[in-house]
Amino acid sequence: MSDSVLYSVFLLVSLGIIAAIVLYVVSKKFYVYEDPLIGEVDDILPAANCGGCGSPGCKAFAEKLVNTEDISELFCPVGGNDVMKQVSAILGKEVAEQDPTVAVLLCQGACEVRPKTTLYQGPRTCAISAMVYGGETDCQYGCLGDGDCVAVCDFDAMCMDENTGLPVIITDKCTSCGACVKACPRDIIEMRPRNKRDLKIFVGCLNQDKAGIAKKACDVACIGCSKCEDICPKDAVIMTDTLAYIDPIACTLCRKCVEVCPTHSIIETNFPPKKVKKPKEDKPKVEKQAIKKVTVANTNVESEKPKTDA
Amino acid sequence: MLKTFPKGGIHPAENKITSSKAIKRMPVPKVVYVPIAQHIGIPSEIIVDRKDKVEIGQVIAKSGGFVSSNIHSPVAGTVTKLDMIVDTSGYKKQCIVIRTDVKNESNFEVQDFPLKKEITMGQKDILKHITDSGIVGLGGATFPSHVKLDLKNDNKVDCLIINGVECEPYLTADHRLMLERADEIIVGIQILMHALHINEAVIGIENNKKDAVKALKRAGQSDKRIKVAALQVKYPQGSEKQLIKAILKREVPKGGLPMDVGVIVHNVGTIFSIYLAVQYDQPLIERVVTVTGKKIENASNFWVKIGTPIKDLVAEVGGLPEGTRKIVNGGPMMGKAIKNTDVPVTKGTSGILVISEDEASRQDPKNCIRCGHCVFVCPMGLEPHLLMNLSEKGLYERAASEDIMTCIECGSCSYVCPSHRPLLDYIRFGKSIIKKLNTAKN
Repeated sequence: MSDSVLYSVFLLVSLGIIAAIVLYVVSKKFYVYEDPLIGEVDDILPAANCGGCGSPGCKAFAEKLVNTEDISELFCPVGGNDVMKQVSAILGKEVAEQDPTVAVLLCQGACEVRPKTTLYQGPRTCAISAMVYGGETDCQYGCLGDGDCVAVCDFDAMCMDENTGLPVIITDKCTSCGACVKACPRDIIEMRPRNKRDLKIFVGCLNQDKAGIAKKACDVACIGCSKCEDICPKDAVIMTDTLAYIDPIACTLCRKCVEVCPTHSIIETNFPPKKVKKPKEDKPKVEKQAIKKVTVANTNVESEKPKTDA
Repeated sequence: MLKTFPKGGIHPAENKITSSKAIKRMPVPKVVYVPIAQHIGIPSEIIVDRKDKVEIGQVIAKSGGFVSSNIHSPVAGTVTKLDMIVDTSGYKKQCIVIRTDVKNESNFEVQDFPLKKEITMGQKDILKHITDSGIVGLGGATFPSHVKLDLKNDNKVDCLIINGVECEPYLTADHRLMLERADEIIVGIQILMHALHINEAVIGIENNKKDAVKALKRAGQSDKRIKVAALQVKYPQGSEKQLIKAILKREVPKGGLPMDVGVIVHNVGTIFSIYLAVQYDQPLIERVVTVTGKKIENASNFWVKIGTPIKDLVAEVGGLPEGTRKIVNGGPMMGKAIKNTDVPVTKGTSGILVISEDEASRQDPKNCIRCGHCVFVCPMGLEPHLLMNLSEKGLYERAASEDIMTCIECGSCSYVCPSHRPLLDYIRFGKSIIKKLNTAKN
């Protein structure tokens, strides 16, 4: 009885010792040296593996950071300046500071302002529908509404608004990894600087058609009237043929262009309603218009919380 | 047993409603919209300007390179504008808009070009005429014809195949042309044989067009070099590679051209326009178009000027019937639905098909049940279900190694799929991405 216990104890112990020796030898023989810095840097990185830095995953980016001499061109958009500063502290290399950005949808062609003229029956992905034709509406520049951007977003920062048929960007969650920008076949998502309180002014349209055709296809299309260009005190509006673009760096968010835009294609987000200094009885219309405009703008605010949980 | 290609293929309902309708002449349109990208290759360069007066057959856009083609004015009139118009691609493309001059009689003269059998031109002149006349493959692919005829020395071509298969359901444009212009087509073939020093030509016709077989046999009986081959009715026999396999049992290598196996294939419509170009110096400004559909009142075949808006064609056959869902440019298998009826007829438009709601609806795709129908019918021996999955998941390199690029996009797989999976949609998508990746690499 006691013999059999002894045998099994002896057997197991000797097996354990043999296994330990084998493992030790193997671990010495096949040891791969890895710079401990890579692990350290990898720990700081957000571990989102989104690919926004251009490397396939955070580990690969950490290796790149450690092994590259000059890392001033490398940047982790998700971690932002904080993470890059820590990386700089560990590696002792200079990093470039970048202003935080956020994804912005340059189309506000909701179903009601941009009527559908055809019906698409193929697979519901923007990539294929863009390959087949110019889209269900008459605007061949705007959103196709099949949600390729929502599908690629790793951070739940996008969802489709069922009422408008457009994707909604939840600014608080957006890490500006740029996956949606790459996924969109129409290039209607742009990375714009993230201002204080998420204040933004931009032209929500990419329609390059002539005024009449653009307006017919979509009520809120930019018709290229260049009124915004004329009124802008900082020359931030760039006109190319029949399309305006607001340069986010030159723009001082004065909101003058928003008021003059006849088709409301310039979007302002998160601004407080304009104060009317002394409401005179002579001009009650101005006040009404101003409030109305703000409500119009608010329905298109991307940072608005989604109605359905994504 | 009639000849056919060995692998795959399907037999959809033929629905050749218009096969007994003689080709009528469409009234001259008031305005024509001529796109400058009507052919495969580089778009042509516009050489007219606004308010220019143009004559019928005048070059309005000249060839933009070797794989390109001249475009001629289909009417005499005035260029009103150079505009962006939605064309058959579904996108707005550059177009030349010409208003027809109602007072100019040349617009309304019907020339009937009597049969002219003697071939007086030399080889070089023939090729030059074909190049200058803007002739492209009229079967639907619109590949510039002179490129096919430009033989390199190391390619020995011993057989000319004339494609009169017209395997697409509904379409009868080639069928009617073969019946009505059999003699001219034979002369056209002789012109090409003369120019390319080929001593053998075979006209391939599916056996559902027995009258066309008979007509061409009668017209060609004096020339022993020209044979007519009646083929089994099977889709996609009109595809170049399948046709060569069916008639000559030669297999075009992967990624190769018919020239590699010593063959040149031309559509009967192309042959007829070559005949007109060489014998009468007529540029390609009109073609035969079948306007058809189950509910269309006066479905028929028409001679249509290039650039005629499709709404004119629809009006000619009695307007759109109630419950119309789709208007397809081409046949039901390979054709593409058009975005609106302002889209103009181009050199590649072989038919306009009006489909009603119950025929057009696509059903929701279900899961693949691994039945293998798509593999069975694929004429190229591919595995469509696999290719679809690979391109859906973005595994383009593997898709390329599974020969996705040899797909001829005939749509047989999507046609037979019992789960209604969008096989061809995804395969086309994968092909387009791989093409982009390849051009980026080079």
